[in-house]
Formats: sequence, structure tokens, C-alpha cells
Amino acid sequence: MGDHSTWFNLHPDYDNLQNWAAKYLARDWHGMMFEKDPPFSITHVVISLFILVVLAMGAVVYRKKVAVGAEGRLIPEKKLLGTRNIFEMITGLVLSLSEGVMGREKAERFLPLIGTVFFFILFNNIIGLIPGFLPATDTLKTNLALSALIFLMTHVYGVKAHGLAYFKHFFGPVWYLAWLMFPIELISHLARPISLALRLLGNMVADHKVLATFFFLVPLLVPLPFYVLGILVCVVQAVVFTLLSIVYIELAVAHEEH
Amino acid sequence: MASRISKFALSSLSALAVMLIAGVAFAADGGADNEFTMKAWIGIAAGLGMGLAAFGGALGQGRTAAAALDGIARNPGAQNKIFTPMILGLALIESLVIYSLIISILLQGKI
Repeated sequence: MGDHSTWFNLHPDYDNLQNWAAKYLARDWHGMMFEKDPPFSITHVVISLFILVVLAMGAVVYRKKVAVGAEGRLIPEKKLLGTRNIFEMITGLVLSLSEGVMGREKAERFLPLIGTVFFFILFNNIIGLIPGFLPATDTLKTNLALSALIFLMTHVYGVKAHGLAYFKHFFGPVWYLAWLMFPIELISHLARPISLALRLLGNMVADHKVLATFFFLVPLLVPLPFYVLGILVCVVQAVVFTLLSIVYIELAVAHEEH
Repeated sequence: MASRISKFALSSLSALAVMLIAGVAFAADGGADNEFTMKAWIGIAAGLGMGLAAFGGALGQGRTAAAALDGIARNPGAQNKIFTPMILGLALIESLVIYSLIISILLQGKI
């Protein structure tokens, strides 16, 4: 629900691109919640692409700094906030989070998906704090896409680990309670991606609006505590999203002990 | 102790009853049921819903922080291990308040 333009709007062809996209992708029906739809905007797509470019460039720089041979991998970088250190710290955080839930071997297996989700959400949240940018995660479209991906992958991993007997989980522990357990399990499974998306969306929108309000009131020094709060909220929400996806994957893949 | 709780319950129930009865008195004022009464109800719902959610969320988060502080007071060396689960618990409780915030924002957009 971003409502101001970003630095990307300064590009002379931005409006043309937006109108061209609106010709094919705008909708004239509206969901049950909105009476007047917010105007069509491709801001979240542009910012997502920008974040992807940043991440890809970071990966290339990381690879260049590491490919010095066996010693190059072991000796850490000297600058505290150098590229290599930042990426290694964040990956170490994700690995330790998932190791606490899943165990080392499964954590390494799922690290590509979980790590990418964490990097994407973290960088998107942080870029919303810079004046003139909007986080792509403050639209329901991006968040639902991310949580739909996690939802799909939990079921794919569950079927891969258990075979088609994975769907017997939906029917509960005993057969004569299946009529009761099935709707409950179905609703709880459907509530997970919705809650993931809505939690991230609400936090980002509220955070941005609070910052904007205090900027409007007293632009000089008062927004500083809210910036600190904003950084905390961004990091914590990325961690919560990632940790919950780890827990959902673990619930799907875990083999019960007898 | 029990009389203090029941006095509080009695006073809050009576306040709620007075507010609801007063609302009925306004409706009998002869105004037609036009768009503005719907907007009035939507306005009340948006504000009141958010207030109730913030109240419940603050209670829950207060208990979380109190338990974390108790743990740190017992064992000051465990501060780092307590901090991360406390932040996680706070974020998950706050997510329920955020759901209500989203509904309030959507309702407020309809005014």
C-alpha cells in the first residue's frame, strides 16, 4: 500500500512503462475489501528487481573475494562490514536458526530456499527505511507470492519425504476422528500462508506510516528513535517469517518416532 | 480481593451498558438510515477494534517481558539465550494486533 513515488519515478520512461503494464494487467473487478482500488503501480516490481540486482551483484563480489584458494576461504575479511562478512553473518544466522529446529543435515539441505527468502525479505524491509524508496514487501502481492511459494514447497518436500502417505497426516491420528480432523487441519494449513503474508504486510505498512507521521510533525530529530524501531522491526519480521517457514517445513518433513 | 474484582467488573459492565443504551437513543432520533449512519458505525468499529486489539496485545506482551526479565534476574548469564526467544514471542503476539490493524485500515478507507 505504498502511496508515494520513489526515486525510480524520476526515470523519464517510467510512466510509459506503467501505462503499458496497466493496459495488460490492470483489473476492473475489485476484491471484496476495497471499494476504490488503489491506482495501478509497478513500484513493487521495480523495487524487487532492484533488490535482485543488488543481491546478484553481492553474490558475484563475494565469489570473487573468496576464490583465492584454500587459504582465502579460511581467513576472514578485515573490514567489519565488508561484503563477505555481511553475507557470511547473515547466512550464519539463518543456518543457526534452522539448525535449532531441524538439525544440521536438513538445515543444509533447505538452506538455499530459506536463505534466499530471508535475504530477499531483509533487504526489502531495509530499503523501505531509506527516504525515497518503498519496500516491495508492503504490498499484499509480494507477500502472498512469497508465502504461496513457502506453502507449495512445504507440501512438495512433505511428499518427497513421505510419499503419498503424507496426506494421511490430514486425517489425524485415528481413523474414526478423520471427519473432525480434516476441516481443522485444512483450515490451519490454509491460515499459515495468509498469516505469514499479513503479518509482514501489516508491520511494513504500519512502520512506514509511523515514520511518515513523525516526519510530518517534527522533521528535525524526533524521527530518530522511530528509525531505530524501524530497523528492529525490519530485522525481527524477516527473522519471524523465516523461522515460521522453517517450522512449517520441519512439520511436513519430520519422521515421527515410534 | 474478590469484592475489588467484582466492583471493577460491575463498574465496567455498567459503563458498557450506558454506552449501548445511549446509542439506541440516538437511533430513535428520527434520522433516516442513510449512508452517514453506516459511516458512523464503520468509524466506531475501526477505532474500537484497534483499541481492543492493542489492549489485549499489550497484556500479552507485558507477560512475555515479565517472564523474560524474571529469567534474567534468576540467571544473569543467560541473558543472550533468553533475548532471542523473547523477541520472537513478542513478534508473534504482535502479529495478532497487526491483523486487527489491517482490518481497521481497511474500514477506515471506507469512510
